[in-house]
Amino acid sequence: MLKHYLATAIQVLRRRKFFTFISLFGVSLTLVVLMVATAVFDQALGPQPPEVHSDRTLGVYSLGMRGPSISSNSDASYWFLDRYVRTLPDVEAVTIFSQAARSATYRDGEKFELYLKRADGAFWHVYAFDFLEGGPFLAEEDANAERVAVINETTRRRLYDGESAVGRVLEIDGQRFKIKGVVRDISYLRQDPFSDVWTPNSTARSDVHLRPAVLGNHTGVILAHRRSDFPAIKRAFEASLEEVELPERYEELTGEANTRFERFSRVLSSDRDQVKASPWRLRIAIALAMLLFMILPSLNLVNINISRILERASEIGVRKAFGASSWTLVGQFVVENVLLTLIGGGIAFVLSSGVLSLLNGVQLVPYAVFQLNFRVFFYGLLIAVIFGLVSGVYPAWKMSRLHPVVALRRRSL
Amino acid sequence: MIELQDVEKIYRTDRIETVALANVNLEIEAGEFVSIMGPSGCGKSTLLNLMGLLDVPSEGYVRLAGESVESYSDRRLSRLRNQRIGFVFQTFHLIADLSVVANVEIPLLYRRMRGRERRQRALAALEQVGLSSRVHHFPSQLSGGQQQRVAIARAIVGEPDVLLADEPTGNLDSSMGDEVMAMLHDLNNRAGTTIVMVTHDERLAGRTGRTLRLFDGRQVN
Repeated sequence: MLKHYLATAIQVLRRRKFFTFISLFGVSLTLVVLMVATAVFDQALGPQPPEVHSDRTLGVYSLGMRGPSISSNSDASYWFLDRYVRTLPDVEAVTIFSQAARSATYRDGEKFELYLKRADGAFWHVYAFDFLEGGPFLAEEDANAERVAVINETTRRRLYDGESAVGRVLEIDGQRFKIKGVVRDISYLRQDPFSDVWTPNSTARSDVHLRPAVLGNHTGVILAHRRSDFPAIKRAFEASLEEVELPERYEELTGEANTRFERFSRVLSSDRDQVKASPWRLRIAIALAMLLFMILPSLNLVNINISRILERASEIGVRKAFGASSWTLVGQFVVENVLLTLIGGGIAFVLSSGVLSLLNGVQLVPYAVFQLNFRVFFYGLLIAVIFGLVSGVYPAWKMSRLHPVVALRRRSL
Repeated sequence: MIELQDVEKIYRTDRIETVALANVNLEIEAGEFVSIMGPSGCGKSTLLNLMGLLDVPSEGYVRLAGESVESYSDRRLSRLRNQRIGFVFQTFHLIADLSVVANVEIPLLYRRMRGRERRQRALAALEQVGLSSRVHHFPSQLSGGQQQRVAIARAIVGEPDVLLADEPTGNLDSSMGDEVMAMLHDLNNRAGTTIVMVTHDERLAGRTGRTLRLFDGRQVN
């Protein structure tokens, strides 16, 4: 039966070229936008190196403090993370690092702007960087405030013309560091591991980060032994918040240990300080956005499909006369539409590759390499099938209800 | 084989009520070849649609092979049509997107028959109507007579008990019409298929076993 449906669908697509062109044009265009969006989303959130353990990591990204007449929210301080997060029990590792900040270096009198991130030894365990030469700095080097650094390949190319950089001295932000390793570039969208240069936390120009304060500009990322440990870790972290002594005028401290997805979902949090995650809201928002984006082209395709199927009304009559039930016909027309959208999906896949190459070429986002990998292909396929179903079921159902006598009165087949 | 009892068919719109059939009582035995005659608009096709379970009466009962079908679901009616009834239409109603053999396979498709057996039976039906050489053609590549022969092959491929033909020769010249009639007679004689045929042609009706006449939706003698 399915073979017959597919053979019929291919014949229909071949013989009704105008409808096929219009339908494929709309479907492909819609799917290109959705596939490019999926590729961008995957670049930002998918499990890509160096965040290969993202399914086991929780981050403390933001804290909120409130008092009767005052409230503040910000990243956590190094002091807070070191005292309350690094000490969490039963975790594999905890890394504490600063946000990548713009810094300057000079080569032959020319100024180069680079991102500089301060991190610790555990950072290289939590994130699986690909070292092109040398290796990471160690926890002891951080403890001893040794002036060592890891740079990325673009920085090596810009400063040393791509030649070996290990052992050289890099002067950045007025400090001199001996380069220990060179890693592959990390996309700007991967904000946690992203930077051009990484140096130990202890080499910070001032010891402000060591002073007792709750809020600051650091992030703590916890690597759990397994994902099932998340609830216990989250509970332990929230319990530790109770112990924090707050500055005057503040009475309440809020914060969560979040997965990456939860972190982004905070944007939609009902919480005034946007400290609490709302993963379901984000999921619903993404689904709604995709649905809204698909709804106009879907309605268009629904219209085209109704006209297309209406042209085949007497075929419906004949099929009913010879034993097809209404549901059998729904199945046939839905299969036809899904096939159409899958072909559109194939075209969209090729077009999306072109669009993404273009985006990569102009380097809209530093070091981001948008690509159509297996995951994006899978989601693209899923979107195409959903699109096919959404735009195919209603016309198929409507036309399958057509009375066989009425259908047979229509002449064209 | 087919029994209609006190059948009425009324088409209603917001303002108009049209009586297409009124007080029709008839019984057609298995193996009969019956023709239905009457002027245009007298309800011949409506009667045929009711017999073919494509439509339901406003009043009265239709029974097919002893089965009362008024409470049947869409799925059950479809199955009954598929297994017991074949249709031949005046305008052939072949599916333009499908080849001749794929058109003939359609009734078997809804019997969940395996592809190979389906193809063999469709080819045999096409051989029966003398169209073995045109199996991979498309309907638009055939003459009217050839298209009607394909339609007959499609109607008989499932070996139905009943064949309902709505003016099967209406769009054909007389020699092709005779050819189609010969096929129907052959089917009736050899396979014992019950045939009900709507026609305007007194000559063709005279060659059937019995003629029912309709006028203004009523049976007349």
